[in-house]
Amino acid sequence: MSNELKHLGLKVVLGRMNRRDFIGRAAALGVAAPLATQLLSSTARANPVRGGHLVLGLNGGATTDSLDPGLAPSAVPQSVNYAWGETLVVTDPNDGTAQPWLAESWEASADAKTWAFRIRKGVTFSNGKTMTVDDVVATLKRHSDENSKSGALGILKAIGQNFRADGDNLVIELESGNADLPYLLSDYHITIQPNGGFDAPAAGIGTGAYTVEVNEPGVRHTLVRRDDHWKSDWAYVDSAEILVINDTTARTAAMSGGKVHVINRVDPKTVHLLKRVPNVKINNVSGRGHYVFVSHVDTPPFDNVDLGLALKYAINREEIVDKILRGFGTVGNDFPINAAYAFFPDSIPQREFDTDKAAFHYKKSGHDGSPIVLRTSNAAFGGAEDAAVLFQQTCQAAGIPLEIKREPADGYWSNVWNVQPFCVSYWSGRPTQDQMYTVAYQSEADWNDTRWKRPEFDKMMIEARAELDAGRRKEIYTSMALMLRDEGGLIVPMFNDFIDASTTRLEGQLTDPSAPLSNALLICRAWFAS
Amino acid sequence: MASRTSGMNPVVTLLLQRIGIGFVLIIAISFLLFVGVEMLPGDFARNFLGQSATPEAVANIRKELGLDEPLLSRYLGWLGGMLTGDFGHSWANKASVNEQLFKRLANTLFLATTAALFAVPISVGLGMVAVFFRNKLPDHVINILSLAAISMPEFFIGYLIIFAFALLWPIGDGPPIIPSSPLLSLANVQLIFLPALTLVVVVLAAMMRMTRAAILNIMESAYIETAELKGLNMMTIIRKHAAPNAISPIINVVALNLAYLVVGVIVVEVIFAYPGMGQYFVDAVKVRDMPVVQACGVVFAGVYIVLNMLADVGAILANPRLMHPK
Repeated sequence: MSNELKHLGLKVVLGRMNRRDFIGRAAALGVAAPLATQLLSSTARANPVRGGHLVLGLNGGATTDSLDPGLAPSAVPQSVNYAWGETLVVTDPNDGTAQPWLAESWEASADAKTWAFRIRKGVTFSNGKTMTVDDVVATLKRHSDENSKSGALGILKAIGQNFRADGDNLVIELESGNADLPYLLSDYHITIQPNGGFDAPAAGIGTGAYTVEVNEPGVRHTLVRRDDHWKSDWAYVDSAEILVINDTTARTAAMSGGKVHVINRVDPKTVHLLKRVPNVKINNVSGRGHYVFVSHVDTPPFDNVDLGLALKYAINREEIVDKILRGFGTVGNDFPINAAYAFFPDSIPQREFDTDKAAFHYKKSGHDGSPIVLRTSNAAFGGAEDAAVLFQQTCQAAGIPLEIKREPADGYWSNVWNVQPFCVSYWSGRPTQDQMYTVAYQSEADWNDTRWKRPEFDKMMIEARAELDAGRRKEIYTSMALMLRDEGGLIVPMFNDFIDASTTRLEGQLTDPSAPLSNALLICRAWFAS
Repeated sequence: MASRTSGMNPVVTLLLQRIGIGFVLIIAISFLLFVGVEMLPGDFARNFLGQSATPEAVANIRKELGLDEPLLSRYLGWLGGMLTGDFGHSWANKASVNEQLFKRLANTLFLATTAALFAVPISVGLGMVAVFFRNKLPDHVINILSLAAISMPEFFIGYLIIFAFALLWPIGDGPPIIPSSPLLSLANVQLIFLPALTLVVVVLAAMMRMTRAAILNIMESAYIETAELKGLNMMTIIRKHAAPNAISPIINVVALNLAYLVVGVIVVEVIFAYPGMGQYFVDAVKVRDMPVVQACGVVFAGVYIVLNMLADVGAILANPRLMHPK
């Protein structure tokens, strides 16, 4: 590491520079972004300090929250559950690869069908019992059961019921090969519970570094560190308290007033103001989540490829990133994958805003000139209604008659999304490309919100899934992305950053592209500078 | 006095009537609420699971909660529980509604009562001051300020107060405001200073203006003029002739505003992240957690009806003509 870089890294650690600026400066010195991030984390990890009481003021908690990890729908229950519970696998905050956690190591057969996960020994639950392979098997059973209400049910469909204990190993036999199996097991719903949580799913007893002291859903949760956690470089603060503050202005006020150390979901519109507050730093990272305009490619007029292309050329992505996200995001390229994924197809050229091409394709499509209705609501993402207006204006310049229909936020996900032929939506990313495509672009997927049904696409997806050779995998993902980009029903104007804020005294791994709040693991990954 | 000995005291009869009507009203409201929530787009299972709802998970939740049963039988089941004082369990996290409800209600009442203890004397006092200085400078100042307060939505007042008194000149606690137990303590009164202040500002103007208008209205009536012509001095007129007749509209507006304090604090609770009924209600409505929505609705309706009833009874007691019919 050059002295210059070291110096910059130190500045970030001391809170005098944010990660974004650091990566920019590092790039100027000829260091690529992933490497820069890694350098940064190594600087930051230099000297963790134990102790202190961490207070988080978070959006995403409700009176209706439960400690049952299968039901965790939002940031607050996720953060609480990750404090008391752990998964078999955790993704790396820098390169997104699967890392051993409660599973110590794993092996796959050459066809990626048979997997053996060696379960870590000497790990205890907070009720004093030792975690065994049987607990792991029971956990998978509970979440994959047909009658389960678990949010992981869809993900575990790939596994079915074909898993068993074998000595210290969890053995999973898949019907078809899946090179991404460890990633599936990093899903936040699948935290290992004693007897799989069959006895008391919401008891909050797990192998995590903290125990739940106060559990008042929708108000606050307090957590106290266990002395007997198995991992030493982990869980630095003695105790933590999550206060639910769903109102954005109230949350921002709590941060600037110093009542909390961390807040999530900072409004992009006010980031520049919050930045000015002394002792507050912004922690943002480009995630896999993306904002989309989705059309059903099996419904006229969206079944016309030229009309689809006309709309894709008519959108000014840069402008939308600037105006809706205030620059806290990156432009999309009409397929749901960005550089935060492994095997990202980086050879695909960026689609640019081009009124002439839009007009050309619109003319070629032979559309009768009737208004094309786009349904929008801020329920999909903050600023969705404004984004639709920007889109409408640039469409107008290309002669495309886009009509905007505002829909109520209440019930948007059940009445409009995945029902109406053209609407705005949001996808939080998935740990792997395969999962993202499986969940929404496979012919049979429940959430195929673009009605993308291409047998050849499905075939490539299955081939890539079982492919253990990285180069070949990337090739397949490139062909899939190209196909979706040119013929698919989704327009991806942007990938959004996760924007959290914290006191400058807080250090450690504060961001993770997988999810905000360092993938909901911030409580375990952060420490106070002495 | 003959009428009194022959039957029940008319005030008691009236009270019983009102209580009966109030009870019927609550049942009716609970039914409307039930149907209303049912008619909202999307049901509990879909809303609770959000975008990540799979058809299987939705079907499983529906089956477990008995959502396949017809509306009426579900309503009657719930009504049976309610009448025996059991509001059931939340669909979302299985917690007892009673337990949560009373904790939340206590928090809300604490905030509303504290606000009322300040708001009522201040507003009635200011109303009288305004009448006394009618069309003079103090009256104009009070009028302009109260009109300004009325014109601003309460969330905006709340934000202004947070900005001014929690951040700029920190004299009180900003959000989140979470009272410690026991609830009735000086520390908690200090803690809720800013949200209470917001509520005071919100209801003050309405009560003040109503007091002023009520007294002024009476001051302009013929019998006050007669009293003036008889040569009585101003204080005696207000005390003996105007005040007793102005009491009933004042009681009315005070009671309505108290009801507003309890029912309308939702917005203030949300912006101060205060764990009261309002937040509980909003969370439950978001996911259509019917037992909680119903329980909150019944409590809100109950508070509103009881305070209105008190206003009516108060107005009747203050009005000799209604006290002594014939």
